[in-house]
Amino acid sequence: MKTLKGTVASLALSLGLATAAQAELSGTLKIFSDMSNPAPRAVMEGMAAEFDAMHPNLTVELTVIDREAYKTQIRNFLTANAPDVANWYAANRMRPYVSAGLFEDISDLWAEPEIADALASTKGAMTLDGKQWGVPYTYYQWGVYYREDIYNELGLEEPKDWETFKSNCQKILDSGRKCFTIGTKFLWTAGGWFDYLNMRTNGYDFHMALTNGEIAWTDDRVKQTFANWRELIDMGAFIDNHQSYSWQEALPFMVKGEAAAYLMGNFAVAPLREAGLGTDQLDFYQFPTINPDVELAEDAPTDTFHIPSGAQNKEAAREFLRFVVSADNQTKINSGAALGQLPVNSNSSVDDDEMLNQGFEMLSSNAPGGIAQFFDRDAPAEMASVAMEGFQEFMVFPDNLDDILNRLEKTRERVY
Amino acid sequence: MAEMKLAPGNGPETGSATALRSSQDSWLRRNRQTLAPLLFLAPGVIFFLFYVIFPILQSFNLSFYRWDGLGDPQFIGMENYRELMDDRAFEVSLWNNLKWLLLYLLAIPAGLFIALFLNQTVTGIRLYKSLFFFPFVISQVVVGLVFSWFYDPTFGLLNQVLGWVGLGPLNVLGDPTLVTYGIIAAGLWPQTAYCMILYLTGLNAVDPEQVEAARLDGAKGAKMLWYVIIPQLRPATFVAFVVTIIGALRSFDLISIMTNGGPFGSSRVLSFYMFEKALSEYGFRMGYGAAIAVVLFLIMLCFIAYFLWSMYQDDKGGR
Amino acid sequence: MFPKPIQNSSRAWQTTYQALVPAALVMWLLPLIAVAIFSIKPEADFTTGNYWGVPSSFEGFSNYGRVFFGSDMPRYLLNSVLITVPTVIGAVALSCMTGFALGVYKFRGNLLLFFMFVAGNFVPFQILMVPVRDLTLDMGLYNTKTGLVLFHIAFQTGFCTLFMRNFIRALPFELIEAARVEGVAEWRIFWFVVLPLMKPAIAALSVLIFTFIWNDYFWAVVLTQGAESQPVTAGITSFNAQYRAAYHLMSAGSIVAALPPVAMFFLMQRHFIAGLTLGAVK
Repeated sequence: MKTLKGTVASLALSLGLATAAQAELSGTLKIFSDMSNPAPRAVMEGMAAEFDAMHPNLTVELTVIDREAYKTQIRNFLTANAPDVANWYAANRMRPYVSAGLFEDISDLWAEPEIADALASTKGAMTLDGKQWGVPYTYYQWGVYYREDIYNELGLEEPKDWETFKSNCQKILDSGRKCFTIGTKFLWTAGGWFDYLNMRTNGYDFHMALTNGEIAWTDDRVKQTFANWRELIDMGAFIDNHQSYSWQEALPFMVKGEAAAYLMGNFAVAPLREAGLGTDQLDFYQFPTINPDVELAEDAPTDTFHIPSGAQNKEAAREFLRFVVSADNQTKINSGAALGQLPVNSNSSVDDDEMLNQGFEMLSSNAPGGIAQFFDRDAPAEMASVAMEGFQEFMVFPDNLDDILNRLEKTRERVY
Repeated sequence: MAEMKLAPGNGPETGSATALRSSQDSWLRRNRQTLAPLLFLAPGVIFFLFYVIFPILQSFNLSFYRWDGLGDPQFIGMENYRELMDDRAFEVSLWNNLKWLLLYLLAIPAGLFIALFLNQTVTGIRLYKSLFFFPFVISQVVVGLVFSWFYDPTFGLLNQVLGWVGLGPLNVLGDPTLVTYGIIAAGLWPQTAYCMILYLTGLNAVDPEQVEAARLDGAKGAKMLWYVIIPQLRPATFVAFVVTIIGALRSFDLISIMTNGGPFGSSRVLSFYMFEKALSEYGFRMGYGAAIAVVLFLIMLCFIAYFLWSMYQDDKGGR
Repeated sequence: MFPKPIQNSSRAWQTTYQALVPAALVMWLLPLIAVAIFSIKPEADFTTGNYWGVPSSFEGFSNYGRVFFGSDMPRYLLNSVLITVPTVIGAVALSCMTGFALGVYKFRGNLLLFFMFVAGNFVPFQILMVPVRDLTLDMGLYNTKTGLVLFHIAFQTGFCTLFMRNFIRALPFELIEAARVEGVAEWRIFWFVVLPLMKPAIAALSVLIFTFIWNDYFWAVVLTQGAESQPVTAGITSFNAQYRAAYHLMSAGSIVAALPPVAMFFLMQRHFIAGLTLGAVK
């Protein structure tokens, strides 16, 4: 009897009786968001306004915090001044807050059929210790965004293998440009390069084992990754002074045509287009094969919403999470005009956008190796910070490699 | 504080006289004299103990723990300090602190120089003096921004100027050997202004008779400056020294704004490193951060002790 | 007077000096002048590489307009005022009392307490960071202006006490003596005799603390977040993150952030300098 009742209740809850639930929601829903770049900010404000309008008795209070600052502030407000809903990232990046009991276990939400089915593909990234701690709202491919017009001018093809990748680069260099723009001031961009080079050189499983601390940084296979990286560095493939720029400050190099490509997440497309690059100037290709013996694997970071354990209005928060992942909303917020990223709900449609189509295609059919989150989400915080600093140093002083790897190894031994 | 009493005074006008008189007065009056300072001090002292003194002790205590700021701290004894000994980033920060300490002191002669330059009475000099002092009033956040544009490798004014004289482009903030000097130069800008104002006031108080007397003895220029003026500027120099040392050891804003500690940690100093370890994006090591803070505190303690000692000497000399 | 007054030197040197001072000033303020020019440039000047040239058009109104009407800047400015003013009042009030107690009364531990204030004031404040943050969290004052104000008051009390105590010691003690002989209560002595004499010190200190607190960045980052409580120094960094590489807006924002203490300085210059240089001349 009891179980039956429970099931009925949860069914009623999940199957929506949406109207009933909506009418009941009241009070305030406090949202803290890190979606501070112009396009995401507009999306977040739009969602807050829409949810607010859907629930007349509920007041939605949105606070948008600078994305970089948010990363340090989250632990303060989670312990002291918890909102009802907060942004964060998937995978290991959740671990400190999950272990400290600061995120609400929302496995119940994931048991609801709509979410369980439609979001199945991202469940793994949201799961720690067998429970789910949040919902994704977007994910996006990483890859090489390049100046199509420059490639055409030089008669270059999208490279499929490492040799072409390098010979293309050489031709670009010969034409007086740099192959890649990058800004490593905030370190993580170099993490993207490492992810790809390592996954292409040693494969997804090796990469995961490395970020899990199971492999020594001084391992020869890791050194091979850096040797590949060094080939590009020695060619002069990257722009000079990248250590002084943020990722946004590195964009103009590509816009002005001083650099031909950018290894980045899809969020770079919006500012690039805004800066004036048209569809015939901007295109995308998957990072090419290096070692033909390993399967292609991709970075596709998932951004998320969570309910802090200290939330006051958990009922409204859950409803907001349902709203965020609903098929319609997913289609809407991830469209090219909004976030320009990929929806997490399988019933949503991917906007008919050149980059999104390619990204979706790549992730769903050409990433057999696996999907990684990102270096600083897969590795624990401390390892990530020391390692990415090492990557930056390597990109400026490749000769320091041994020293850097010894340092990383020392950190690995202590962290895990 | 409970045993606060009227101490036998040693000044010419206080203590003993008061004590003598008050012993003949009513008990209440003497008691009032004891109570009054207690009441006047209480709010300030309580605030200060609560927010400053206890936290210092807490930091000392915390440096013996491993704590991620979220869960329960775990006692690990001297482990944090042992790790510090072997931490290259800590070593780099320590060296950078030393550079800051030494080079920041340049603000003192530079400030003196500008003060001497401006210590005239021509029309509009007051306005000039305030405009020269201007950089000190601006927040370090803005100073940091302004200087990072000044150094910018693509369009920075510095490289433009270097270009005119045929020198190659420099990426000051991206070069691990230059970066700390670049930030110190930015810090010297407001600090020099501060020292300048101290010296301008000091120069006002220089005894004109002594200067005239020295002039009659044939002293002038550098000699006059060294033997007559600078000794008279001692109090100003002392204050300039103290504020400069403190400024150097506290340097945080500029580093955080201009380089975020980079490239690859080469511009860190202790105060920034501890923030990074304890509260930054990837920092979850409160105990380790506290240990760094303790080291910084001990360095500072040398200067604090020196300062207190000089004040004590001053105080003994009567009012 | 040293160096030799310019009026006593040759005509040529006098003219040179008159020309040299403004030239030196321009050099000295060059970075700031550049930012001021940046702030009135149109965005196009930066994309076309005209960083240091003459602005191709005057966009001061639209740039500053966006700072004031298109961002959280006004809110940050208001926060700064709401943080700075109570701190100034609180710290000055507390330190008038502590300064009075330490400057006028002789009791065992006087010097020790005084030195505690002085030493605490010179401590690298990073050592307070973690405990003060936890304390503020525990009191539920994290991310409130109150939390920031309380800490600032406490910390500034150290410096202010040093200042006030030295000032009070330099006052004529006979006045207090005379009042005591007449049996005036201690608090009345404080209120009616000493406080009026302290006006210049209070003015100097207020201006000084105003500048210190307004320009604080570190504690703003440690104890607050977001537009509802952060002061303008921290606000400017999120403003900049929003407009990264939009130099004309960042410049305009920086100038807006820097203006209030600058205005304060020019209005209260005499007091300000008196405050800074106390102790530098004796």
